[in-house]
Amino acid sequence: MPVFRRLEEADIRWVEIQIDGQTTQAREGDSVAAALLAAGLRSCRTSPISGAPRAPFCMMGVCYECLVEVDGIPNRQSCQITVQEGMQIRRQIGTAKGYR
Amino acid sequence: MERHELIVIGGGPSGLAAATTAANAGIECLLIDEQANPGGQIYRAVGTIPEQRASLLGPDYNYGRKLVDQFNQSSASYLPGTTLWNLNSQREIGILRDGQASLISADRIIIATGAMERPVPFPGWTLPGVMSAGAGQILLKSSGLVPAQGVVLAGVGPLLLLLAWQYLHAGVKIHAILDMSPSGNIWRALPHLPGALLAHHYILKGLRYQMQLKMAGVKFFSGVTEFHAVGGDLLEAVEFTHRGGRKRIDTHLLLSHFGVIPDSHLSRCAGCDHTWDANQLCWRPVADKWGNSSVDGIAIVGDGSGIGGAVAARHAGRIAGFEAARALGRMDEKQRDDAAREDQGWMRDDLRVRPFLEARFHPPAELLSAPPDETVVCRCEEINAGAIRTAIHAGHKDANQVKFLTRCGMGPCQGRQCDNAVSQIVARELGDKKMISGGYRIRPPIRPLTIEQLAALDEGADPK
Repeated sequence: MPVFRRLEEADIRWVEIQIDGQTTQAREGDSVAAALLAAGLRSCRTSPISGAPRAPFCMMGVCYECLVEVDGIPNRQSCQITVQEGMQIRRQIGTAKGYR
Repeated sequence: MERHELIVIGGGPSGLAAATTAANAGIECLLIDEQANPGGQIYRAVGTIPEQRASLLGPDYNYGRKLVDQFNQSSASYLPGTTLWNLNSQREIGILRDGQASLISADRIIIATGAMERPVPFPGWTLPGVMSAGAGQILLKSSGLVPAQGVVLAGVGPLLLLLAWQYLHAGVKIHAILDMSPSGNIWRALPHLPGALLAHHYILKGLRYQMQLKMAGVKFFSGVTEFHAVGGDLLEAVEFTHRGGRKRIDTHLLLSHFGVIPDSHLSRCAGCDHTWDANQLCWRPVADKWGNSSVDGIAIVGDGSGIGGAVAARHAGRIAGFEAARALGRMDEKQRDDAAREDQGWMRDDLRVRPFLEARFHPPAELLSAPPDETVVCRCEEINAGAIRTAIHAGHKDANQVKFLTRCGMGPCQGRQCDNAVSQIVARELGDKKMISGGYRIRPPIRPLTIEQLAALDEGADPK
């Protein structure tokens, strides 16, 4: 069960995004991190040191826990990026692909 | 290199006010903002928020609209979605926008980067399900997201009460509010109460929130110590000591908060002098009453120069805007003094509540400087408090030496999450009450930059 829910508000505009290949909806204006949490994901990456799962922590760009792959580019701060229609988001497992 | 008369960094209350004031005095001004829309963290999404959600956040939040409108009506230009990776004492700025790195400069710079939540390491704080209270509030403001299955709020500071009150009105189940401020704080705060009563609306607001939460049946635990977040791969519960007994509350979400501190990476990178503030427990830049730092042509205003809150930040921004007008030849000293007088008075009145708040919400010393050995302090490199103490006692006598030895502070966040804690652990272990050993040395790039981005750096043509 998701940890966050959306308030019931009128006039919500949605965009379609993909998370790990699964199509889902996000609210227009959501950050990628907010969209991941709203979709019910509990973690967005694993630590490259211990492999422990990690999730967005500060939501304001200072903790770097929310790093994910966005449209093929790894290590993006998902709390600082606004969702776009058709955006491809992937969770990052260990060291990001191509950055070993 | 692209050059501006004035560059303001940060789009919160102080940055918006500074840019608007300077632009209205005839200065060519660019405001650079990390976010997509003006407002900073405090007025986040204020221009785009649905009415229903705005009313949930209260009138203080909605004041931000006025600031944003005034900024939009001014001649200042706005560069959103832009990360800063360098600022030097020659006032050259490295920016990153849409993946393109470039250099710009200005005759004068006003740093208005505001505050961040004080990172406090406690056992289990890296578990998914543990977030900061500020993060919870950002999710509410910008996405209308609230806890679905209840939440525990824990730590020290007025934000916990405000967020709980907002959640209450949004129909969120609050399992408990855990107050970790030491019980002696009340007595230490009392002598500051008469002064604070001159700005009594803050205190009345806090009391009203607390009363409404208690009437709604929200459980409060005060004097909480030995606080742990527990779980395997995900948060399952919080455990803590209360009145001598160990307690456990099951929860999937913990929002913790330990006050706010200046976001000082940029001012430290620029080489501005900083001092340790023993009341606010953080590094703060040295600045005069106009916001001028120790570096020529660089001013620092708002919470980035020491925590004073959104109202004081707004006045400080205007004051720095008038000072910019003087420095750039649009006003003489007398005109500046006359223009700034009203804001200086209002700012002084507003700041009267601060000594009381700082004493009432002073975090317990052992929480900051004595985390248990197994507690992860550097979240990025997973360096625990025990490893840091081992390094200190092996002869590494300041935060930088600890960093070199352990890699603490060398991960993607570049020390933003562990700097404050490591400084205080070092000071405690060495009995250094004045924090003379200093914090991390901050060097560019202060935001991660790929080699490709650096290689494609656009330095711009030199002006003829």
